[in-house]
Amino acid sequence: MTGPRDIHTYLAEFEDIPGTRVFTAARARQGYHLNQFAMSLMKAENRERWKADEVAYLDEWKLTSEQKAAVLARDYTRLLDLGGNIYFLSKVFSTDGQSFLQAVSTMSGMSLEDYSAMMIAGGRSPEGQRSRKERR
Amino acid sequence: MARITAGVASSHIPALGVAIDLAKGDEPYWKPALAGYDWTRAWEAEQKPDVVILVYNDHASAFDMKIIPTFAIGCGEEYAPADEGWGPRKVPVVEGHPDLAWHIAQSLILDEFDMTIINEMDVDHGLTVPLSLMFGQPEAWPCKVIPLAVNVVTYPPPSGNRCWALGEGIARAVASFPEDLNVQVWGTGGMSHQLQGERAGLINKEWDNRFLDRLEGGTQELRHIPHIEYLRETGSEGIEMVMWLIMRGALGKTTRTLHRHYHVPASNTAVGHIVLEPVQE
Repeated sequence: MTGPRDIHTYLAEFEDIPGTRVFTAARARQGYHLNQFAMSLMKAENRERWKADEVAYLDEWKLTSEQKAAVLARDYTRLLDLGGNIYFLSKVFSTDGQSFLQAVSTMSGMSLEDYSAMMIAGGRSPEGQRSRKERR
Repeated sequence: MARITAGVASSHIPALGVAIDLAKGDEPYWKPALAGYDWTRAWEAEQKPDVVILVYNDHASAFDMKIIPTFAIGCGEEYAPADEGWGPRKVPVVEGHPDLAWHIAQSLILDEFDMTIINEMDVDHGLTVPLSLMFGQPEAWPCKVIPLAVNVVTYPPPSGNRCWALGEGIARAVASFPEDLNVQVWGTGGMSHQLQGERAGLINKEWDNRFLDRLEGGTQELRHIPHIEYLRETGSEGIEMVMWLIMRGALGKTTRTLHRHYHVPASNTAVGHIVLEPVQE
């Protein structure tokens, strides 16, 4: 067998990774309705209703007011903090006509141009990005 | 008897599918990423596999948060390309191989793998992009496909060791199928990428290449990499590489590399691709 046998140790290690929210069971519970709302945008007829009136569409779902505000603001970093998962949230930005590159760049705190240039230059280095505690 | 003749691993980046679909393959940005598949398309045209067991993950397409199977095998007759938010990809419907799939599902359950059986689902870029990379743009896909979906989205995903062992179980199951079939196993996803948070865009060429190195030969080191190492070293979505280990496990003790390709970037991701064959003892 591999990996820690203790679930608490296993989960605690995730919190040590800088700039990352691992989609744990706790996040999956917190974001359940948010992610299911996003999922509903896979259907063309739902996308049409959503585009026609975002607020009314959101009101059909059991999202918290914070989650609703973050969806309307397309604040993806905030949505991750509120239990959103990127593959579910992708239904929202795809409906907006955005690519993964465009949407993901908004979370990195960089402009799309700078982010794209960083990727073409080989991506973000893992140096200093592995562990907060060990500063490596 | 059915036999596993080769293993293929590849990233399944949605943007590569878009580049192929919109004929952007000759643009300077996409050309080097896609060129590494030319060899494989020619090789596949010679190999003519009857069936591909295609290991991938669903990206909130067929499965939502209602049901999250760890390992699910498609036993259906066909699978339509999913509408992921911008309309389905215009690629052929994927034909299944229900007889072999059910045989594998039964064998795996008797072998103590608790499989979920899927008879109807749509398949997203995780499955259709590798088909486009390896087969190009035919009118119909040239082989049957058995989708094998792995949960790598909601934690915890299966361990690398469990994935490898599942591959070994698949090999035993295929070997006991009476029909003479040329079967390939494909592992997809990866390599390093992070699609979220302030660390988005992380790429680790060194780590990825050491991973590719160790798919060849007889080493079993890869099965013991813990989740936390994938997360720290290859980004939050690099965990998809555990799916490559199902392919590797299915190839038996020793492998030989026939082709290898690595390119950064395609969109947010490091493109990795390898073709392996099992070495007979």
